[in-house]
Amino acid sequence: MKVLVPVKRVVDYNVRVRARSDGSGVDLANLKMSMNPFDEIAMEAAVRLKEAGQVSEVVAVSIGTDACQDVLRTALAFGADRAVLVQTPEAALEPVVISRILKAIVDEEAPRLVLMGKQAIDDDCNQTAQMLAARLGWGQGTFACRLALADGEARVSREVDGGTRTVALPLPAVVSTDLRLNEPRYLKLPNIMKAKKKPLDIKPLESLGVNTSTGIRCLGVSEPPARKPGVRVESVEDLLHRLKHDAQVI
Amino acid sequence: MSERESMEFDVVIVGAGPAGLAAAIRLRQLAEAAGRELSVCVLEKGSEVGAHILSGAVFDPRALNELIPDWQARGAPLHTPATEDAFLWLGRQRAFTLPLPPQMHNQGNYIISLGNLCRWLARQAEDLGVEVLPGFPAAEILFDDQGAVMGVATADMGRLADGSEGPQFEPGVELHARQTLFTEGCHGSLTKQLMARFALRDGVDPQTYGLGVKELWEVDPARHRPGTVRHTIGWPLDRGTYGGGFLYHLEDHQVAVGFIVGLDYRNPYLSPFEEMQRFKTHPAIREVLEGGRRIAYGARALVEGGWQSIPRLGFPGGLLAGDAAGFLDVPRIKGSHNAMKSGMTAAEAVFDLLADGAGQRGEATDYRQRLDQTWVMRELHAARNIRPGFRWGLWGGLAHAALETYVFKGRAPWTLHHHPDHAALRPAASSTPVDYPKPDGTLTFDRLSSVFLSNTHHEEGQPVHLRLRDPALPLSLNHARFAGPETRYCPAGVYEYVEENGAGPRLRINAQNCVHCKTCDIKDPGQNIDWVVPQGGDGPNYPAM
Ligand SMILES: Cc1cc2nc3c(=O)[nH]c(=O)nc-3n(C[C@H](O)[C@H](O)[C@H](O)COP(=O)(O)OP(=O)(O)OC[C@H]3O[C@@H](n4cnc5c(N)ncnc54)[C@H](O)[C@@H]3O)c2cc1C
Ligand code: SF4
Repeated sequence: MKVLVPVKRVVDYNVRVRARSDGSGVDLANLKMSMNPFDEIAMEAAVRLKEAGQVSEVVAVSIGTDACQDVLRTALAFGADRAVLVQTPEAALEPVVISRILKAIVDEEAPRLVLMGKQAIDDDCNQTAQMLAARLGWGQGTFACRLALADGEARVSREVDGGTRTVALPLPAVVSTDLRLNEPRYLKLPNIMKAKKKPLDIKPLESLGVNTSTGIRCLGVSEPPARKPGVRVESVEDLLHRLKHDAQVI
Repeated sequence: MSERESMEFDVVIVGAGPAGLAAAIRLRQLAEAAGRELSVCVLEKGSEVGAHILSGAVFDPRALNELIPDWQARGAPLHTPATEDAFLWLGRQRAFTLPLPPQMHNQGNYIISLGNLCRWLARQAEDLGVEVLPGFPAAEILFDDQGAVMGVATADMGRLADGSEGPQFEPGVELHARQTLFTEGCHGSLTKQLMARFALRDGVDPQTYGLGVKELWEVDPARHRPGTVRHTIGWPLDRGTYGGGFLYHLEDHQVAVGFIVGLDYRNPYLSPFEEMQRFKTHPAIREVLEGGRRIAYGARALVEGGWQSIPRLGFPGGLLAGDAAGFLDVPRIKGSHNAMKSGMTAAEAVFDLLADGAGQRGEATDYRQRLDQTWVMRELHAARNIRPGFRWGLWGGLAHAALETYVFKGRAPWTLHHHPDHAALRPAASSTPVDYPKPDGTLTFDRLSSVFLSNTHHEEGQPVHLRLRDPALPLSLNHARFAGPETRYCPAGVYEYVEENGAGPRLRINAQNCVHCKTCDIKDPGQNIDWVVPQGGDGPNYPAM
């Protein structure tokens, strides 16, 4: 059984980002980039299934510029067997387009399970898994905090208010991973070196014949307003006065 | 204890700075030219190459020209030629232009981010077949049964605070090599062990250091003059303290501004971080930064000992290169070209040694001799008396520097000597507290909001990587006699004396904030702190410093 794991290259979670001064986007120049942490969890889950003998092949796919090869090498170091880069001229595509591209890759690769992060930490969209499942007409189990494969089904638990809810999905299916599914392993140095020799195919986006238009335009990107320093009030009357007249909240 | 895996290389290089990367590139170039197999790997403790690199930097491309003559065609990130240069003496409000000493002329040099240059060098190295391995600090030196260095082991991952193995534990890996090059930069943690084990400093002066605190600003385009270089001396330092500021206009409306304080300072109340904050308020600096925004912060120690502090450079099984050995030219505040050239020279010496076959874990004893014949040593020898001359204060030091430079032209018949920095502090009782102004939040800042911009991260729950040899000494010596100088010299606010529920003060170490500058290991008056590598990839994530 084959598992496909889409991985996204995003700005590292330790790095502070800032909006460009012209508001056209986030300035990513020279910043450390990494694999989206939720995708690492998906990779870890896929590799554990393989180590448990329930999966025979793990294929990682990333969509973006040539730079995305580094996250694919990371995926290979985790234990993916091979990787595919769908090469695009620009880094940021909307989830609606990504889901079209992933559909094309699924059609080619025919995996029984797509395991992916529930969202990317850069745009926090949380849309791609759901859109992909809809395009494929497959079942979806989102926000997985537990995952088990048995009898041609995927059992997916998610945390809900006050407990967990478990669903069984017939395979093939799309599963998106939440934070508590697992704790990804530390990469081993010999595995990082071996990963450099594993196969990584590059497919130009044009070769997939996917429509990339969205009709969505980004109007602006801005930073949250700086927090104003607090003021010390002298008395209860003073507090009430300020709440009424300065803050105008009562 | 879990078994460690091991891997074999011909040459293992510790540290992916300009020295280590230039050495790796040179080794593979020589191997290709000779048609010889030669496996080379470079370990780097930062999460990526460049993540821990912090420099000015005005870069002299001399070594790069020799290493990769077609660097321009290969897209090296040298974008901004240094075009206009001035050396200023600052008073509290005023600035006077001083004559530019010849060694400070910057024609032909570039204003760069050394971190970005290292990223590019790493790609060149990988194209030549070097294994570049960021995220893997060398934590331990391995010795063979003859006592020769036979490689290093990388840090364990997933140990808990008490040192035991956590659930994610992954042991380090042993990298065995025929030759190991140590290019850890200023005051390397393994280099420090080598110095002691092989007595490499016997018969030479102690190393002396400075601490550089640096910020990157995006400035108002109207105030941006790419190619402009400013160096300052004088205010805000008192006349007895060595140091000065720099301000370099890069590309993309960016300006690098920084301040260096000689770590032989005497007043335990001095704070290099706050000197830097104060420096920015001088009209000559403020006028550039006002209306801009600070985008990055960091700090790093630099070697200032020069020629008289160069240790023995080799030992059985390996060599030192770059700032780990100490080739920075202080009057020019340039070390990256010498780091590269020393790395290349070490590579050549090691390559020939290994070709002889007899070189199995031997010592490339001709490395020093080869270096002596390069421009690196000529430059350092000529400049050797300038820094120690500042023991006579700012004016005495400048007058002496002029004498050395213009009259003797570096050939004075004497050599001035250094004293260790940690011994320089005067007791607090005979020192005057310094009253630093409060940060305003737009031009000047506090330590914590600064560290925030260094993107520093250390995974929680690991052992503290700042080890105290004697846990009682901070209170009995540092606090009692020197009023806790580590709370002031640490540019990241790692050390704090706290008083809880009526108990007396106690030292708290916020190791997660450490930006790996190495100052505490250098300046601690009791030499009680050992900086060791934390888990792989931890530390700052500098963008383009
Ligand atoms: C504030 C400041 C301003 C400067 N300005 C200039 C300037 O304008 N021009 C100039 O030419 N020079 C300048 N220098 C000096 C220059 O930066 C250094 O000379 C140069 O960086 C030295 O290169 P290096 O390769 O020896 O060490 P570094 O650049 O320090 O690189 C060492 C590398 O090794 C890694 N490392 C260390 N220990 C380990 C370990 N145990 N395991 C794995 N990796 C490890 C580090 O993370 C780092 O990446 C300046 C320095 C400072 C601090
Ligand atoms: S703890 Fe030491 S090495 Fe770390 S930032 Fe502070 S002074 Fe520098």
